[in-house]
Amino acid sequence: MSAPNDSAERSPRFAKPLLAVLFAALLVAGGRPLYRHRHDRVPVVPGPGVTRVLRLSDFGPTLAGTFADTDVFVLEGAKPGGKALVIANTHANEPEALLAAVVMIENAVVEQGTLFIIPEFNASGGRNTKPGDGYPLYFSIPTEWGAKRFRIGNRDASPLEQWPDPDVYIHYPEKQLLSYIDVRNTNRTWPGRPNGPLMERVTYAAMELMRREKVDVAIDMHGAETMFPVTNCIVAPIKSSKIATLVSLTVKAREGFDNHVEPSPANFRGLSHREIGDYSDTLPFLLEAPIPFLDQPTGPKTERLLLDGRDPFLLRLSRAKKLFVPYDEGGWPIARRVGQHCSVSLEIFRQFTKKNPERAIAVAGIPRYAELVQNGVGHYFHDPAKANPKALRYE
Amino acid sequence: MGVIMILYYLLSLYLVVILAWNFVREKKSVNDMILILLVLIPLVLRILRVK
Repeated sequence: MSAPNDSAERSPRFAKPLLAVLFAALLVAGGRPLYRHRHDRVPVVPGPGVTRVLRLSDFGPTLAGTFADTDVFVLEGAKPGGKALVIANTHANEPEALLAAVVMIENAVVEQGTLFIIPEFNASGGRNTKPGDGYPLYFSIPTEWGAKRFRIGNRDASPLEQWPDPDVYIHYPEKQLLSYIDVRNTNRTWPGRPNGPLMERVTYAAMELMRREKVDVAIDMHGAETMFPVTNCIVAPIKSSKIATLVSLTVKAREGFDNHVEPSPANFRGLSHREIGDYSDTLPFLLEAPIPFLDQPTGPKTERLLLDGRDPFLLRLSRAKKLFVPYDEGGWPIARRVGQHCSVSLEIFRQFTKKNPERAIAVAGIPRYAELVQNGVGHYFHDPAKANPKALRYE
Repeated sequence: MGVIMILYYLLSLYLVVILAWNFVREKKSVNDMILILLVLIPLVLRILRVK
């Protein structure tokens, strides 16, 4: 039997059940969108050039059955020639790469050589979110047949796949000390190892693909902040720099956009443009397109900012000469960013072919910068409802 | 899933059980009840493999 004073100190009778119900409601309301995002599937319509679809686990068996396994689209030409690998969504919050890859998969026809395309390289990162930065979960690209929706992912793989993070990430095999979070960053875990953390196994599988298939050229597509000096550029090590320079000069002269060359730093380990070149015979190129959405001093991180890149704060910073790219009221629309990636990739193939005619890579059907700016990205996406359901792939 | 990751899930599960038990036993302080539930949210989402 309790004393009268005890009952006076007790919480109201319905407080605990009410709080428990609120807790459950909060879990469902907060968790359901995250769960749906993680299990969302984006249909991709393989174009006439796609001859096979492999899995990355074909080159790194320990990826099989994990969220890190991902599709590798193969486009083989009628004539043998050189081989190229195009990687997108190394960082899944830089969507110009994914969109350029999907444009290629749905439209490219290889006339000579072979093209491998991995549209969702960090597949776990593509299903991770960044709610702390207020990122939307999705964005949509308008097309002639309706809106095509994509997920906005995160720079790093989800801790659901790889947990816990170390205090310091010790790069393999160079032993350089990197930030703890880079253990989940597939642009710090190159060249990887077969039995390392999951993201090292992802990059190892890609290295195996390049080594086994004797890939000549690897292109890793990204986006970078306008306030970051390594933006709007091609990052290349010395072995790729001649081709990169010719590509930069050619797109400026022929297509009218800047894309300067940045040297790959020899002492900064783990990056694709460094390790692919050092640990294989492949020539690596990393493409950066400006993405204002990733800059810190912007307004809200909305879908609109992601797509048109227009922001009044960046405009003021541009007038104060604080940005590393030209910036005006037009922002940096997604069509320009995707167009740059497509044109620079095509020009890399062309310049490589000029230097290595016996390993020619000839690709038709990929739109260039001016076409993408004029028609929009959505113009090049095909309606999954009208495609053969058996041929559809879901990324 | 590696051994260390499994251990972290077990640690999370242990914390969820302890916190839930504290919530059940808490009779007086509504503030403490709310705090316990707030701490539970990320742990439950991780165990359910949602976030």
